[in-house]
Amino acid sequence: MSIDWTSLGQVTAVSIGVTFAVVVVFAFGVLGLSRYEGAKEQGGTSTAGIAQAGLCFLACAAVVAYGIYLIVPQFH
Amino acid sequence: MDHITFLVAVVIVTALAFDFTNGFHDTANAMATSIATGALKPKTAVLISGALNLVGAFLSTEVAKTISGGIVNDAKVTPGMIFAGLVGAILWNLLTWLVGLPSSSSHALFGGLIGAVWVGAGSGAVNFDKVVEKIIIPAFASPVVAGVAALIATYCAYKLTARGRAGSVTKGFRLGQIGSASLVSLAHGTNDAQKTMGIITLTLISVGALPDGAGPPVWVITTAGLAIGLGTYIGGWRIIRTMGKGLTEIQSPQGFAAETASTAVILTSAHMGFALSTTQVASGSILGAGLGRRLAEVRWGVAGRMVAAWVITLPCAALVGGISAYAVKHGGNFGTVVVALVGAALAAGIVLLSRRNPIDAKNVNDGHQVAIRTEPPSHVGTAA
Repeated sequence: MSIDWTSLGQVTAVSIGVTFAVVVVFAFGVLGLSRYEGAKEQGGTSTAGIAQAGLCFLACAAVVAYGIYLIVPQFH
Repeated sequence: MDHITFLVAVVIVTALAFDFTNGFHDTANAMATSIATGALKPKTAVLISGALNLVGAFLSTEVAKTISGGIVNDAKVTPGMIFAGLVGAILWNLLTWLVGLPSSSSHALFGGLIGAVWVGAGSGAVNFDKVVEKIIIPAFASPVVAGVAALIATYCAYKLTARGRAGSVTKGFRLGQIGSASLVSLAHGTNDAQKTMGIITLTLISVGALPDGAGPPVWVITTAGLAIGLGTYIGGWRIIRTMGKGLTEIQSPQGFAAETASTAVILTSAHMGFALSTTQVASGSILGAGLGRRLAEVRWGVAGRMVAAWVITLPCAALVGGISAYAVKHGGNFGTVVVALVGAALAAGIVLLSRRNPIDAKNVNDGHQVAIRTEPPSHVGTAA
């Protein structure tokens, strides 16, 4: 019996890295959204806020799309 | 169809029953945190998850080519042993559901098969090296990896969004949860439904109803997909309560971090060819998310009972599988019928016991404990 430490390490590193990246980018998106909604409440608008939210959520959507690509064998 | 003997018919029905328990046992993995944070209404969550499991069953072309992934010697496995192993797995799944503990359906299945094959064909037919490599190591590693990932992500999510408006932050992460939970459901369908398809297909091949190396017929894919989808939709609410409320009180940023970690670990390992238990990954993520939010309470008592259930899942399912295999081996068709009837009676008994303190879509979020009796329990009775 041999334990494949390299693969185990890779799974660990990739999993932690991807989780961290997605959650951080999503959190920035949420912050942008929060700024936009805050500005709207005071009658103004925040283009920077909505742009930041849009970009971040788009990036997360791209990761989700890649996830679906990995799950569905017909795409390979 | 003259190849389909009584025993084979019983194996197919039992395999579908296992697939059903697998579905409702594992609904919690994908949906517990979304239900707990209110990202999805309970009924909506199980509907989405059930539908995605069904879709996943059809998408997956990589149907299991071995019954056990090499853990037992497939050449020595008979339909009778498969039946006995499935009975062990089903009963263990139902028992852990009754007490609301998330345990691995795959471990229950492997355990049942190991017990049945050990009794039926001797210990030489069990590959213990593979047991360590495919079950024990991933069982230790995967929840830890998922937990660490969720912990770091949760900590950062709270740090970063501390300045944001509370309402927007909660809403934003709730929306994100829907996406991450759906991915877990889809991945679950492609993985777990194909195990049952593999078992039925290999049983049919072993009696000559299908040629060697044949893929699963459409009716096998459809019934297996429907069984797991329906099971998911019925929902194991007792386990959903434990995972969403029992381990820790989950807020939407934690839910999002936990589900993202689960998805990342499941997809990366699948890509690298690691076998792992979705249940253990999801539980590890939830614990990590609980630790990542400062002052969040992790109920270590619940976590401890859950880990104890993980450790005993395989041996317990193996014991039931072994006893059933003994009856099938020495009793022939009569023994099979007795095992089936006793198994069905025990399953019915467990379902009746659960009625004393039912947990469903309406009250799943009302508390964090899963008791068997409504009055303060004097002892934890399991009539099984």
